[in-house]
Amino acid sequence: MFLSMNWISDFVDLSGLDKLDLIHRFSLSTAEVENEIFFKGSDISGVVVAEIKSVENHPESEKLHLLKVDAGDGNLTDVVCGAPNVRAGMKTAFAKVGAKIGDITIAPRPLAGYISNGMCCSEKEIGISDDHSGIMEITDDIPNGTDLKSVYQIDDIVFEVDNKSLTNRPDLWGHYGIAREFAALAGRPLKELETADLKQYDALPGVDMKIEDKLCLRYSCLQVENIHTTVSPVNMRIRLYYCGMRAINFLADLTNYLMLEMGQPMHAFDSRKVEKIRIKRFDKPFVFRTLDGVDRNIDENTLMICNGDTPVAIAGIMGGLDSEIVEDTTTLTLESATFDAASVRKSTVRLAHRTDASMRYEKSLDPEMTVPAIARFVKLMQDTDKDAVVVSSLTDEYAVRYDTVKLDFDLDFIDKYTGIKIDAGTIEHTLKSLGFAVTADGGSFSVTVPSWRATKDVTIKADIVEEITRIYGYDNFAVHTAKAPLYPVRPEQEKTDEDKIKDILVKRFSLHELHSYIWAYYDEYRSLGIEIEDNVKLINATNPNIETIRKSIVPTQLCQVRSNLNYASDFGVFEIGRTVDGLDENSLCRESKKLCVTLFSKTKTLEALYFELSRILSVLSSEIKHKPLEFKKADAVHSYEHPINLNSVYADGVYLGKIGIVHPSVSKKIDRKASVVFAEIDVKAFSEIADAGIVYREPSRFPEIEVDLSFVSDTFAPIGSAIKAADCPLIQKVEVVDTYRDGGTKSITTRLTFSHPEKTLKREEVMSVADKIIETLAAENIPLKK
Amino acid sequence: MKEKLEAIRVKAQQELASITEQAQLENFRVAVLGKKGELTSILKAMGSLSAEERPVMGQLANEVRAFIEEKIQEKSNQLKEFELKREIESTPLFDISVPANLNCGSYHPITLVQRQCEAIFKSMGFTVEDYGEIVTDYECFESLNIPKDHPARDMQDTYYLENGQLLKTQTSAAQNAIYKKYKDALVNDGVPIKAIFPGRCFRNEATDACHENTFFQMEGVMVDRDISISNLIYFMKTMLSEVFRKDIKVRLRPGFFPFVEPGFELDISCLICGGEGCPSCKHSGWLELCPCGMIHPQVLKEGGIDPEKYTGFAFGLGLTRLAMMKYGIKDIRDLNSGSLKSLSQFTDDE
Repeated sequence: MFLSMNWISDFVDLSGLDKLDLIHRFSLSTAEVENEIFFKGSDISGVVVAEIKSVENHPESEKLHLLKVDAGDGNLTDVVCGAPNVRAGMKTAFAKVGAKIGDITIAPRPLAGYISNGMCCSEKEIGISDDHSGIMEITDDIPNGTDLKSVYQIDDIVFEVDNKSLTNRPDLWGHYGIAREFAALAGRPLKELETADLKQYDALPGVDMKIEDKLCLRYSCLQVENIHTTVSPVNMRIRLYYCGMRAINFLADLTNYLMLEMGQPMHAFDSRKVEKIRIKRFDKPFVFRTLDGVDRNIDENTLMICNGDTPVAIAGIMGGLDSEIVEDTTTLTLESATFDAASVRKSTVRLAHRTDASMRYEKSLDPEMTVPAIARFVKLMQDTDKDAVVVSSLTDEYAVRYDTVKLDFDLDFIDKYTGIKIDAGTIEHTLKSLGFAVTADGGSFSVTVPSWRATKDVTIKADIVEEITRIYGYDNFAVHTAKAPLYPVRPEQEKTDEDKIKDILVKRFSLHELHSYIWAYYDEYRSLGIEIEDNVKLINATNPNIETIRKSIVPTQLCQVRSNLNYASDFGVFEIGRTVDGLDENSLCRESKKLCVTLFSKTKTLEALYFELSRILSVLSSEIKHKPLEFKKADAVHSYEHPINLNSVYADGVYLGKIGIVHPSVSKKIDRKASVVFAEIDVKAFSEIADAGIVYREPSRFPEIEVDLSFVSDTFAPIGSAIKAADCPLIQKVEVVDTYRDGGTKSITTRLTFSHPEKTLKREEVMSVADKIIETLAAENIPLKK
Repeated sequence: MKEKLEAIRVKAQQELASITEQAQLENFRVAVLGKKGELTSILKAMGSLSAEERPVMGQLANEVRAFIEEKIQEKSNQLKEFELKREIESTPLFDISVPANLNCGSYHPITLVQRQCEAIFKSMGFTVEDYGEIVTDYECFESLNIPKDHPARDMQDTYYLENGQLLKTQTSAAQNAIYKKYKDALVNDGVPIKAIFPGRCFRNEATDACHENTFFQMEGVMVDRDISISNLIYFMKTMLSEVFRKDIKVRLRPGFFPFVEPGFELDISCLICGGEGCPSCKHSGWLELCPCGMIHPQVLKEGGIDPEKYTGFAFGLGLTRLAMMKYGIKDIRDLNSGSLKSLSQFTDDE
């Protein structure tokens, strides 16, 4: 919204004050002002009112005319002008030699063989409208030679406030409300609006009007006749233009002017079309043509203004084409009303049509404003058009009233909330300057919120704090830390574990942390041949490609790996992110936090890479939980999982997740030859594993005995179990020192290291343990290698 | 015999001079001093000498032997030195100017700024909270004083799920849970609530270099008996000065958010120009960074805390925005791109 300092100054005397500083303070105390401030008229000088005394055709040009212009300096000036609307006797804006218009300084200039000593200007050239169809036509009676700026408000400071920052301030949607803020900031009084006295029309007949739906809070109307003025006064047009609106005709301009001044939208109907105003909704949907000529679908929730049963306007949004003021309109009915904010907002959304009026209604306008707005309208109308007459009494129905908001508080409350001392006098003065009625008794205050702030904005004591502090100025606050008792803060285990996981993966294993989206990207999944598994869906995704929430991070990460093929021949990535596995018994998403790791290599075998990843997981478990992991063969259920090399991961018997190599149909699409392995672990399950901590064992001073046993076995698992089953405290270390393939058989050499804390072991003692292991395995058909 | 011994001495000297390898030297030693060596065989002939001659010759022979032994030792030392020299000379110059292949891992930049922020707040006694990404309407809106028809819901284009839940649009969605978690300790034991919650948020909007549908925020709340606006300004200024590691100027402007009253937009002095005005702050000298405010009494009440007794402040810091500012990341989409060319650069930053 654009705001004019001239307009604001109509209501508060700001003379002698630094306007830019005030605008800056407004930005810090009320609503954000955009950076660019417009100094209107600052690039215009030396433009005067002048009369065209004679017009001759240019002998060689059809367009150009040779003028004699009286610019009030006693001579007639020769001017060459190309405007189509020049005629003898008209008054216009004339830039004399030496005048400045924008970057141009006017100088005598030859034009098609004749010297032009100045320039007649269009309104666009002087920056007061975008009309460039001809030169400006001045109808006011002003002596020739008068500086245009001395009669018209061309000089102005215009600033813009972002509409978003006014969302909660219905009172700031017009200049008068803004002026109230400036008055409070400047410490100067706010002037009362000059209005017509509507009581004088009380004896006239009323308008037939009835609110049939409480979505209309208040409806005020008045009939007016005999308006002959078509073009608005120049200053009114300049203000409208500076504030971003185009001048149309006097009546339309006046309703717009009122809206920009008071924030109250108004509408004028042709009285012939609204003899019986009814405000209501309809039972059935229908099509309604608005005054912009568009047919709109109206449903049963949309409040309409009607003539009897014929809709004539969408309440609070836009009038209808059929009831618009037309050329032969003699009597018009002026509407000044308040509608339910939520209703207008919803209708706006349904119709996908937002107007200057609906934008204001959505903010919960003050119903107290409807009648003063009409009184102001009549005053401004009669100031310009003496013949215009009011032909009805003010007709006003007030269907729904807001409650008066009264708040009591004391100085102690303000002190506590602000943390600084603001004296009682300042509090009282500030609130009064904003229109609050204040009764102060020592440190106690009783405040009545003004109607324009009481529609939703100020309802509680904390709102009063804001009023006081924003005018006081946050820059003026003394800041200090809180006085609060100290208590130990224990970090959450899961958060601590998460940090450790990241550190180990990044620092030890040189992996890269990535982020990805919470949904499955259909296109990407499909291009890797990964099935999109059914899961909870978004209902309003603008992109249908992302409507399903992911069950696992693995597919996402495989897509990311593929997009990084050019990064390096070997790399690993990980993410700690969220997944959802359907709904629980309460119909809530089963959300979990997962760690996903993927390794990619063009140089290592699948087996080597798979071992590397299992080692990474084991290190995480060993360093963070001081516990080993167990791997058990798992069945592939997802399209990217390999049917053979897929394992479930356990610690302490608790299922943590899976580790596997990628199914060749998917991995070949990533890279034909590279190895790709993945693991996904539930972070919460992992974190809940109890940390075994470090259990220190004094190293034995006596010699160790090593025993190597070679078994014929495909996997180490049974050997490990047998060693565990032997349950011998003397075994210090178990390591696989060799694996050997001979044709179809594989043998594994395991080295057992024994030691005793208090004596030198004898070979026989050790061999009895070894024999036990050999026996166990023999029973499982795992023989010693010959 | 004397002549023979002298001849050996001379010959030994000549032969030693031509020796260049340790092995040759050993052969020479054996040939001269060994059991079957020249000198040894001469000594064996001593028995044939007269009693007068024997001690004289004996002494001479010992002298010659000592002389040769000494010369061999000298030569050996020489050779060792020479070999060391040759080894040194044969060692190539290792070109350390070739850049090392670091193969460093990397953290996501969000992790880095998140950790920096967490460290600051932990040092001031705040807990770090963790809540889900999928929340209920109550958590995200109702409990935050944003009823069904509130225009604030229009401002946030929310991703709704088919079960009625939604992807949280703001980390404030955790406020209610935080209040409920700590209210008993606050009321019964007087332990102030001091918590931060870094988390991922979602908005249903089109993406471009400046807009993402998935981004990170960090919520912070503090509730106690006498928490004031003055405290809020202090904490924001202190935190931001720590984050940027320089004294940051902050200013508050009124801002409307339903869950705070008064609500503020917090600006910081532009990091690029320091407040003079430059293109990155649109010549205002200020950057809008962080909405904050005093927790709305209704929000406290929903969290089970009596707003007549307790007050508090809350803020929402845009971690994604912060990471972009801190590292000069121009396109927000790089953060979720998974592109290692971009993300592998964030090795560590504590």
